[in-house]
Amino acid sequence: MLTPTTLPAAAVAPAQLEPGHSLWGDAWRRLRKNRLAVAGGAVLLTLGFLCAFGPLFSQSYQEQNLDLGAVAPSAAHWLGTDTLGRDLFARILYGGRISIMVGLVATFVALAIGVVYGAVAGFFGGNTDRVMMRIVDIMYALPFTIFVILLMVFFGRNIVLLFVAIGAVEWLTMARIVRGQILSIKKMEFIEAARSLGFGKRRIIFRHMIPNVLGPIIVYTTLTIPAVMLLEAFLSFLGLGVQPPMSSWGVLIKDGAEKMEEFWWLLVFPGTAFSLTLFSLNFLGDGLRDALDVRSAKD
Amino acid sequence: MFRFVLRRLLEMIPVLWIIVTATFFMIRFVPGGPFTAEKAVTPEVLRNLEAHYGLDRPLHRQYLDYLGNLLHGDLGPSFKYANRTVNEIIADKLPTSLELGLLSLAIALTFGLTLGVLAAVRRNTWLDYLCSSVAMTGISVPTFVLGPLLVLFFAIHLGWFNASGWYVATDRVLPAATLGCVYAAYVARLTRGGMLEILGQDFIRTARAKGASEARVIFRHALRGGLLPVVSFLGPAVAGILTGSFVIETIFQIPGLGREFVNSAFNRDYTLVMGTVILYAALIVTLNLVVDVVQVWLNPKLKFD
Repeated sequence: MLTPTTLPAAAVAPAQLEPGHSLWGDAWRRLRKNRLAVAGGAVLLTLGFLCAFGPLFSQSYQEQNLDLGAVAPSAAHWLGTDTLGRDLFARILYGGRISIMVGLVATFVALAIGVVYGAVAGFFGGNTDRVMMRIVDIMYALPFTIFVILLMVFFGRNIVLLFVAIGAVEWLTMARIVRGQILSIKKMEFIEAARSLGFGKRRIIFRHMIPNVLGPIIVYTTLTIPAVMLLEAFLSFLGLGVQPPMSSWGVLIKDGAEKMEEFWWLLVFPGTAFSLTLFSLNFLGDGLRDALDVRSAKD
Repeated sequence: MFRFVLRRLLEMIPVLWIIVTATFFMIRFVPGGPFTAEKAVTPEVLRNLEAHYGLDRPLHRQYLDYLGNLLHGDLGPSFKYANRTVNEIIADKLPTSLELGLLSLAIALTFGLTLGVLAAVRRNTWLDYLCSSVAMTGISVPTFVLGPLLVLFFAIHLGWFNASGWYVATDRVLPAATLGCVYAAYVARLTRGGMLEILGQDFIRTARAKGASEARVIFRHALRGGLLPVVSFLGPAVAGILTGSFVIETIFQIPGLGREFVNSAFNRDYTLVMGTVILYAALIVTLNLVVDVVQVWLNPKLKFD
């Protein structure tokens, strides 16, 4: 479950003499061997780069050309144009910016709440822990998707609210994971060993506890991003997410699904971009989990 | 076990109460009411309407009245559909969502368990990679992409099915397949993970050493424990499947409860929103209890406490 890899290396030989295998070094080696995870990472980097810098060079995502209308993919418009004559490739890149940004920011919100909450519960233990976790249990039973829909319907489709709403839904599992990790690590033998070796509290916390909790956090974060992006796209598909003139992959897919009978490319290309991103994120998350040897709550 | 179930049933009451209360006040505090959208409403008519539905009374009275009626199983009249109660609407729409949900669930379990067990038993062979990739694809292609794509190919291109609607038997195929595929993918991944963990344990080696056949080892010994993660996933998932997937019902224009919920939120149909939320929450809470009971039944190491 957890790899106290720092311990054997330190026990066999003084760490100063032999570089040894750090947790992160090992993880990186294992990750590189996982071809699917590497491919996923490469796709993500490429897509991220394209979405970040592509709109600077590509055709305008909002310049309309009503005379042109929707044309199939061609040399001038690689992925075709939409019914208003806007270049689809540019729109996908621009939509990707929003989708990825929502994914990252909302995940960060969830991460911040979840880690602090879980760590506090795990650290203090006892009654504090019991009450805090009971609250999480109750919140798990709440129909959150429904609440997010209600929030978006009632309070307008504000993008900041979108971040907060999604983040507020996704932090629960993170809190559980972090709390469980902190609890189990408190009692682990390698912490005991580190204590008996006379290491100070700070060294135990930073060299032994944090690295072992960081693994699950990183893994679960990688798996939260696709979940968040899915939720955003889902809301956009229902007309509750990002509003025009802004656009996200969910919005593009929604538009595409409405017009697919005549203009198939409007559905197929945004759908592919979105699925490819989720696919890569999931593979990378899986790879990281194997590499860091973490068992997540998911499976 | 009886005491465990009883205690959990009692614990449901505060959870459901919190949900009812939170939803009730959340809806009331937002701008816009059920009658603001109607154009031809004079102030007088509006007052009459509000008096008719009790909206002119103090908020805490409305809340207590609602709770009182709820205890009698009365979800109140719909604000948008004249002369219809929320109970009637749910009774009308729920069967459709249930039918779609059960079909999807059947697809999800059949394909999910098969793929998952195959992948686990033939770990790290091409069969495992194939099954795992199929499952990963299913997870990464969301319903609102898969659904329209299936319609595009099978309904529009090949003309095998109707693109939308819920009239003849074949209308069930595409929506159920769309919803089923996504859940099948999750079930497959969870089954594989659960099975792999169990297959590595000592009692499996013991079973093999006893001379039990491979089929017996897998289905009798391993599958039981391997299903644990699937069961805990299925609890909330089934609730979502049964109450209707908003997206599926929107794409395929199915007259189910999911679409009704989204519309009711847009329409500020307070009572219908409340009714749907309560139904969904009650289902989730109940299914979570069922999950806990099944888990103890599947895993002899766990006990009711």
